[in-house]
Amino acid sequence: MDSIDRDLINRYQGDFPICARPYLQLAEEVGCSEEEVIQRISAMLEDGTLTRFGPLYDVEVFGGQFTLAAIEVPEDRFDEVTEIVNSFSEVAHNYARNHQLNMWFVIACEVANQTDEVVQRIEQATGLKVYPFPKEKEFYINLRFDV
Amino acid sequence: MSQIELTELQRRLIVETQKGLPLVANPYAQIAEQLECTEQQVIDNMQLLQEQGVVRRIGLVPNHYRLGYVHNAMTVWDVDDEYAVELGERVGALEFVSHCYLRPRHLPLWPYHLFAMVHGKTEAEVELQITQIRELLGDHCRQADRLYSSKILKKTGMRLKSKS
Repeated sequence: MDSIDRDLINRYQGDFPICARPYLQLAEEVGCSEEEVIQRISAMLEDGTLTRFGPLYDVEVFGGQFTLAAIEVPEDRFDEVTEIVNSFSEVAHNYARNHQLNMWFVIACEVANQTDEVVQRIEQATGLKVYPFPKEKEFYINLRFDV
Repeated sequence: MSQIELTELQRRLIVETQKGLPLVANPYAQIAEQLECTEQQVIDNMQLLQEQGVVRRIGLVPNHYRLGYVHNAMTVWDVDDEYAVELGERVGALEFVSHCYLRPRHLPLWPYHLFAMVHGKTEAEVELQITQIRELLGDHCRQADRLYSSKILKKTGMRLKSKS
């Protein structure tokens, strides 16, 4: 990662332009060619510097729901349960954490009342209890990371 | 929260772009081709979805581990219910807290209801952040824990199923 990559990351975590030639606009901002911007983003996606590139949607604005959930997974079943949980398209993120509840994931449903059903399906597929943690209140969210 | 009805085209636009934007000079024109509509329709709808908050943001999503933020803790707190909202607002406003929520307890296993995510380049940095939260909560905090993430198992984001 060089200073142009850093500049791209610091400037465009949120406000990627919606216009006919968006990469050209970035190119002018960071001082390289349009083609180079495309190549740089592509390379950073490939090497894992970026996990995603594009719009992040909020299902809750159009009637859906994000729910955090956790499972206490026996250590000897961890890989197998990971595979089962990750196979659900509704599971958006999943993290291993150091606690008795050692697997924490986010369920994203397009319709809010589908969440319970997904929880039940994960319980059936894994044979383990799923603890749902739907949010009751959300405070300020700040997701920017500077490099 | 007011709810928004997606049009058929908007829903297809989300399905088409939720994995990412095309890395070509005219990305919105390429999406238009896939959706069999005009580039202007894609641009107008994307702008509208952003204004409505359906699009939270558009851009580069860095892998925070790769940027050196390798220490990530979900801090969880059991605070007096009557002060929970006020304290949540103050914790959420701390510059180093990326997300802050109130969630249900699951007693007796899980007595915590205030969740705050913190991130740092060293564990010492994160521990210092946790100390600051604890000081802010003061006597209203009964017990607390911190769950460091040891591995990302999946990070794809939301996926709507394609349907017509």
